[in-house]
Amino acid sequence: MKPLKFRRKTLALVLLAGMSATASAQMMINGAGATFPYPIYSKWFDEYAKVDPSVRFNYQSIGSGGGQKQILAQTVDFGASDGPMSDENLAKAPGKLLHIPTVAGADVVAYNLPGNPALKFDADTIAGIFLGQIKKWNDPKITTLNPGVSLPDQEIVVVHRSDGSGTTYIWTDYLSKISPEWKSKVGTNTSVNWPTGIGGKGNEGVAGQIKQTPGALGYVELIYAVQNKMPYAEVKNAAGEFVKPNIQSVTAALATADIPEDFRFSITNAPGKDAYPICGATWLLVYEQQKDATKGKKLVEFLKWAVKDGEKMARDLQYAPLPENLQERVLKRIHEIKI
Amino acid sequence: MEIATPPAAASLAPRSAAQAMVPPSRFGDKAFEWLTLAMAMAVVLLVILIGWQLWRGSSLAVQKFGFHFLTTSTWDPVTEQFGALPFIYGTLVSSFIALLIAVPLSVATAVYLTELAPLWIRQPIVSLIEMLAAIPSVILGLWGIFVMIPWLRDYPFPLLKRFFGWTPFFSGPIYGTSMLAGGIIIAIMILPIITSVSREILRSVPNLQREAAYALGATRWEVTRIAVLSYARKGLFGAVILGLGRALGETMAVTMVIGNTPQIAASLFKPGYTLASVIANEFTEATTDIYLQALFEIGLVLFGVTILVNLIAQLLLKTLTTTSTTRAVQ
Amino acid sequence: MTMHSSRADNHTWRKIMNALASATTFVSALLVIAPLGLIFFHLLANGASSVNWAFFTHLPKPVGEAGGGMVNAIVGSLELLAFASAIGIPIGVLGGVYLAEYGTARANALLRFVADVLNGVPSITFGVVVYGLVVLRFKGFSAYAGGLALGLIMVPLILRTTEEVILLVPNGYREAALALGVARWKTIVYIVMKTASKGIITGILLALARVGGETAPLLFTAFGNRFWNHNLSEPIAALPLQIFTYAISPYDDWHRQAWAGALVLVTGIFCVNVLVRILTRGRTTSAV
Repeated sequence: MKPLKFRRKTLALVLLAGMSATASAQMMINGAGATFPYPIYSKWFDEYAKVDPSVRFNYQSIGSGGGQKQILAQTVDFGASDGPMSDENLAKAPGKLLHIPTVAGADVVAYNLPGNPALKFDADTIAGIFLGQIKKWNDPKITTLNPGVSLPDQEIVVVHRSDGSGTTYIWTDYLSKISPEWKSKVGTNTSVNWPTGIGGKGNEGVAGQIKQTPGALGYVELIYAVQNKMPYAEVKNAAGEFVKPNIQSVTAALATADIPEDFRFSITNAPGKDAYPICGATWLLVYEQQKDATKGKKLVEFLKWAVKDGEKMARDLQYAPLPENLQERVLKRIHEIKI
Repeated sequence: MEIATPPAAASLAPRSAAQAMVPPSRFGDKAFEWLTLAMAMAVVLLVILIGWQLWRGSSLAVQKFGFHFLTTSTWDPVTEQFGALPFIYGTLVSSFIALLIAVPLSVATAVYLTELAPLWIRQPIVSLIEMLAAIPSVILGLWGIFVMIPWLRDYPFPLLKRFFGWTPFFSGPIYGTSMLAGGIIIAIMILPIITSVSREILRSVPNLQREAAYALGATRWEVTRIAVLSYARKGLFGAVILGLGRALGETMAVTMVIGNTPQIAASLFKPGYTLASVIANEFTEATTDIYLQALFEIGLVLFGVTILVNLIAQLLLKTLTTTSTTRAVQ
Repeated sequence: MTMHSSRADNHTWRKIMNALASATTFVSALLVIAPLGLIFFHLLANGASSVNWAFFTHLPKPVGEAGGGMVNAIVGSLELLAFASAIGIPIGVLGGVYLAEYGTARANALLRFVADVLNGVPSITFGVVVYGLVVLRFKGFSAYAGGLALGLIMVPLILRTTEEVILLVPNGYREAALALGVARWKTIVYIVMKTASKGIITGILLALARVGGETAPLLFTAFGNRFWNHNLSEPIAALPLQIFTYAISPYDDWHRQAWAGALVLVTGIFCVNVLVRILTRGRTTSAV
């Protein structure tokens, strides 16, 4: 009898769990994707739980590739990506997908060296390192850019993403623009065939790897480097200036962008002497026609809040908010979502 | 847990006796029998379901890449070229390293526990090994990242490099996260299973074998070597193969320490990638259909290989003992 | 004389070999259990101080902010296990009953074989299959999907232990009941299974302890959740999943919590194992 009794108990537990589900009217809206804006999104969703306690936004940072994939498969209510979706993928979507830009951020070159010296890189050097041609920290290409810094005779441990990633998209988009060799050998995508290095899962994973590995160098979103007190490099931009990645230099890059109607744009290697060259915007991906009216309504309410109020939190987390004229264009687009 | 193993004869007896005295068939009896049969058949259905789902999910990739999928080493989502060779290589090499470390240790431990150890110490050690088996993979991975990798990077790896750096296996830069680290963490994960299955095997060696050797004046070790080990050779091989099956499918701990880079490199200090890890990392993120299909195909390969390896292990073990291994298998 | 001394040498040599073998195998045994000691030490050293009130009562904080806890992941894991039990236990137990009480020897040998092979299938495979069968079909990650994946992993484990303990029930019990005219199925349920109940529960507990620590099958099924969720058709947090996410992150505070979570998880699993030990201890002396 005991096993039966035991089973009855578990059954009762399951029923109880099911009942409590129907009892709590709290709605769950699920999203997944980019890890690049994850710090600000998780802040938004935390704050928004106070604005509208009847709904929770569960966001899993599985990578931009994942965001695109899961919204296409409709396994989530919204996706998130910092690489715009390709025409090919958009065509596969069961409905029209909208790109809603939220904030812009920077891919920084973060590293782990004894003493954490401040370093400078230019496009050639970065491409060389990621192509596996510059192997040591004391390579002449690095030392000439950084006179006065003593660099060890140590292998550079390149860290890149192992998952499909918008941070990678921005990074490879930049490398493809500045290095023909990169463009022909590797190309631009959310995940690529890396010539060298070790893989980490998510911005979190890459930052974690860099932190754990002496001699490591990799790319992460600015906030991950700042929050983890990792050093990150100044990078020479298209105008020939060395620029530190920060809100101003990202905003400067964003200002140069010519933004089309569908909001898919790239701001890597932007002109302008204050612009940081490796930055990009990040998007939420939502269907124009929402399947579920109640969820859709809440989602639209949230999007409006994000563009109006959420943007104000961007600076605290080192993201550049959208310029005001763009905010208005985005709001207009949000109004077009059909519920 | 410790369950007394029934003598094989006794385990067969109840069925035949009970069947002989079945009362005239009743509806309840039939229904119950069918119900339990359906549940027992669930395991067969499950295997078929897994195979079918993986096959269905990967059919396009199978068509597109054919046999080349297993022999090419490009894993390029941009050009949509997918070859699983680096993952197959990584899985085999990391599992091989794991076996190299785990097999001698486990078999020696099993010998110690069944033949040589003082009686009072046996049960405590067995309990500890069972506890090691109960540690979840993800926790071993956590420990791997923060404790094992920094330690390996600072002490054993530089030593290996100093003494064996001239071989291709221990050359090149030391990252910490590496094929070797992956192999070591898998070794820790399969130590308990190989030990406990080996122990069951050794325990199933008839005492007559030992007594005969003792009668000839052999020492304990000689008894073990001549009478026990040679008798149990096939079963021990089964235990090793079973451990291999586990090693091939280990996922979380390996993913956390192996470096996740699809490359084929001789140096064990270089990062690698395994079949299970690439699924864990990329499965939710594959943007294009063919990419996802390729991952399903990797799942299919992994499933096929582990089924095959387990099949061989079970066959090797079954011929020796009928009931005693089943428990240890868990 | 020479012959005698060489025989003596031989004898000493054999004694040395014997001692050497004992020593080597003893050291091996120590090496096998060493990782357990090390892991325990580090779990306590890094996790114990963070297992506090907040850990058991708070939700996770937004990324990069210190503090918060894992209460939703702990409860989420329990809910997943409850749902997994609802699938794994009936199938496993009744399947085990079939193997022990019915079926031809040949067919049973095959079923047993398949169950053992299934036991060796990597757990991530179950995640992939459930993703294809449930997540894609019903358009959404959910606790159901996660629980199903775990439940399916439980089936062969429970099936085999149930079979074994039912085979241990003395035949006289069955004969006595049948002789009294009790229907066979009632004999099995009320006499045989009852007698073997401790063993069956032991098997169930061990299966729960095993899947309670599984992470790989949850990656694409339960998916994780930063908030409370009791709706099983939505994604849900799980302790091992949360430990994984936190472990690979760069945040020191998350590392701290990953250790704490790991300590809680391991403690839970060991408690179950101790419970099993207590349950099985009396058994060798009692009827079964």
